[in-house]
Amino acid sequence: MTISASPHPTTPRSASSGPTTPPHASVRVRGLRKAYRDVTAVDGVDLDIWHGEVFALLGPNGAGKTTTVEILEGYRQRDAGEVTVLGADPGQDGREWRSRIGIVLQSNTDADELTVREMIRYFAAYYPNHADPDEVIESVGLTEKAGARLRQLSGGQRRRVDVALGIVGRPELLFLDEPTTGFDPEARRQFWHLIKGLADGGTTILLTTHYLDEAETLANRVAVIAAGRIRAVGPPSELGGRGSARATVSWLSGDGRRSVETDTPSAVVAELAARFGGEVPELTVTRPTLEDIYLAMIGHDSGSAQESGSAQSPATTGASQ
Amino acid sequence: MSATTRAAHASAVALPSVAGLSFARAALELKTFFRRREAVVFTFALPVILLIIFGSIFHGHVPGTDVSFRQYFTAGIIASGIMSVTFVNLGVSIAMERDDGTLKRLAGTPMPKVAYFAGKGLSGLVISVFEVVILLVIGVGLYGLNMPDTAQRWFTFVWVFLLGVASCTLLGIAASSLPRSGRSAAAVLNLPYLVLQFISGVYFPFNSLPKGMQVIAAIFPLKWMCQGLRSVFLPDSMLVAEPAHSWELGKVALVLLAWIVGSLILCLRTFRWQSQADR
Repeated sequence: MTISASPHPTTPRSASSGPTTPPHASVRVRGLRKAYRDVTAVDGVDLDIWHGEVFALLGPNGAGKTTTVEILEGYRQRDAGEVTVLGADPGQDGREWRSRIGIVLQSNTDADELTVREMIRYFAAYYPNHADPDEVIESVGLTEKAGARLRQLSGGQRRRVDVALGIVGRPELLFLDEPTTGFDPEARRQFWHLIKGLADGGTTILLTTHYLDEAETLANRVAVIAAGRIRAVGPPSELGGRGSARATVSWLSGDGRRSVETDTPSAVVAELAARFGGEVPELTVTRPTLEDIYLAMIGHDSGSAQESGSAQSPATTGASQ
Repeated sequence: MSATTRAAHASAVALPSVAGLSFARAALELKTFFRRREAVVFTFALPVILLIIFGSIFHGHVPGTDVSFRQYFTAGIIASGIMSVTFVNLGVSIAMERDDGTLKRLAGTPMPKVAYFAGKGLSGLVISVFEVVILLVIGVGLYGLNMPDTAQRWFTFVWVFLLGVASCTLLGIAASSLPRSGRSAAAVLNLPYLVLQFISGVYFPFNSLPKGMQVIAAIFPLKWMCQGLRSVFLPDSMLVAEPAHSWELGKVALVLLAWIVGSLILCLRTFRWQSQADR
């Protein structure tokens, strides 16, 4: 039963999560620290990524994002802390463990002279339980380019090859490092579709990105990392109290634009509707965007910070005036 | 029931074999090499051009012997051709692969790391065979070089070739960590290669070089590869002009083996799968 529920029935260790891991954590990090000479890059990170979820790690450049992810991928050694990825310590880096993860790194320019199909086939051969190379090429939308040399591809097409190489081994856990940088809007949509498909198939995904709309679209949960620490973790709609944040109701009154912040926007709107006897001119009801929350968290004083300053005035007072 | 069947099936899915992947890597390396036409032309044409230029400049015999000087440097250019294919080409290609992300990407897969090096070594061996055949055709055709005439000499040819390829390959892998970037790799690796060619008796009779140069050259493999190949292709009347008046084949084997062991240790301790900028 448990075996058939697993997305990778032929990989024994995925069939039942080992006794060393809590039942559903694909990644468990406690007190992770890493310094380069005297610069602390990661300063006590705790993280849980549940089996089957899409988890986005957000943060400005230099926040410790890449260091954290590369420790999880087994590329770097940590200074301190506990790290378990798919039940193993990535620092130990065995082939069996590697065959269960997939990694899509930031830009690569390698293997110029190979064709897309050759590249995917060579990489498929490293994995014990790999997918059909042609199907993988199809899934990233490169079937028409399968015979083209890598150097003939556009930036976006190359990125899709990177993704194909990351998923050809049918990983249980996929790392995606800024996967859509340089994509045009249509290519991003296609890519999102692909990632959602993988997630629906049960693949756990750790995504790092600069695009907040990408995190919002794809991720079940996001974490914001700044200065080497996790600042907040939660579903994108609730991050940093976003779900319960006060709404801003704004409209055009006789003496210019008015807006109030309120916990009860529906009541305010009803009151306004009654006052205007129907349609309220230029009515909007907004809550802070993920970007507002994110920028506030990483310490940038943007327009959103000033808006929250105006929240001091009681909403009901504004509405009754 | 179905769970047991599946579990049995699961244990049958083993990791791909190291030997199989090593050959697959070698095939990939060769395919890539032969598709880079500039590199192919440069690798094979440069020693041929040097052979022909030197052959038209120099005539006569190695001083004090009846050995044709053209035959002398043909043996030397074969040795340096092997070093060019293995040490320079391999070292530069690895440095570039470290820079462009190939190595990092491979390190993130379950590919056994030894398969990467085996692929490099095997492809270097195959390209070296091509190189040697081309140079031998010219040497025999234009300069009357004699192919080995005894089983003994053939045997020497094979082991000097194999040990030469192995030592220069490992040295190239070790040296690939020296350049700071892929772009500087060709310059960094060609410099010692050029110097070694001139002091190792490739183009000039070794015992006509200053003593200091001879001492330095004797530390490195190229001098011994040249000497080993001279023992294969030149008559024993050459011995009067050899520094020890002997082919010193035991010493040739010992020095090349020492380089193989030393370079292997160096590779294991210093090889990096990521570029410096990436750390």
